[in-house]
Amino acid sequence: MLRVGVSLVSLLVMLMGLTMQPAFAETPAEVLAIFKAEAAGTSGFKDFSAARGAEFFKSKHGGEWSCASCHTDNPALQGRHAKSDKLIQPLAPSANPERFTDMKKVAKWYKRNCNDVLDRECTPQEKGDVLAYLLTIGK
Amino acid sequence: MKFSGKHALGMVAAFLLVAGVAKLALSDDHDGDHGRQVIGNGSENEEARLRRMQPSNPEWLAECGACHIPYPPRFLPAESWREIMIGLDDHFGSDASLDARTAGEISAFLEQNARRKKTIPDASGKYPLRITDSRWFRREHARAASRVKDDPKLRNLANCGACHMQAESGSFSEHDVRYPF
Repeated sequence: MLRVGVSLVSLLVMLMGLTMQPAFAETPAEVLAIFKAEAAGTSGFKDFSAARGAEFFKSKHGGEWSCASCHTDNPALQGRHAKSDKLIQPLAPSANPERFTDMKKVAKWYKRNCNDVLDRECTPQEKGDVLAYLLTIGK
Repeated sequence: MKFSGKHALGMVAAFLLVAGVAKLALSDDHDGDHGRQVIGNGSENEEARLRRMQPSNPEWLAECGACHIPYPPRFLPAESWREIMIGLDDHFGSDASLDARTAGEISAFLEQNARRKKTIPDASGKYPLRITDSRWFRREHARAASRVKDDPKLRNLANCGACHMQAESGSFSEHDVRYPF
């Protein structure tokens, strides 16, 4: 009887533990699918390219910074804010499972960072290419 | 001790519970109470008590603290914070724009807890936008300013944590100052 009770308590505690994990709103694959749906509405769109994303990520676009200026050439590593020097956690989902799991945050940071790097917002193609690239990066 | 499946289940359960609580505690998304809170951690010495009394706000901590240390509201007058929060899309050269609800909440928190001492605007009627341009700041950092200028590692005076070891948690007491030069 006691054993059954202990098992039940264990199970309940386990279930509580599971439900207390804050659920991620999206997965990186779902975020990519959202970009794809946006890109599909633009002319000439074929697919996302990780190679193009890598090139885009590491290049400057007329301004002072590239994406890599803060996120480094290896997005699986920690970066530092080019101005404030604040530590930035890795951008690649393989190294940081919280990345690209909240569309609101994704939209906020793409808007800000594209403005800083390109002086304009990024196109759905560019956003998808970069995410496709980040998803190819292993641990 | 016999290591049964039940023990293993219990251990997994305990781990998940702890992990769940830790995850919640570390999460920087706060959907709950957005009211005024206080920071509290560590043992309760005088410094810790002072830190605990610092006004805090989860949105301010998460959003301002995402790119630099969350500069305490008491470092600038309300007029300055208002101006800064209006211009977030060009925040000292970076786009730091926020949605209107979040910006509104952070503005209210900053203005409520802003520097109380009367700040005199400059000749053109403008209030300082940089903490480092404030008269009180320049007065207190006159000696450090010349040292920082010559050291590329320190970058600039806005890098509070280079000398103020407890800057992240909002304490700028002289007891916590360690000069790296």
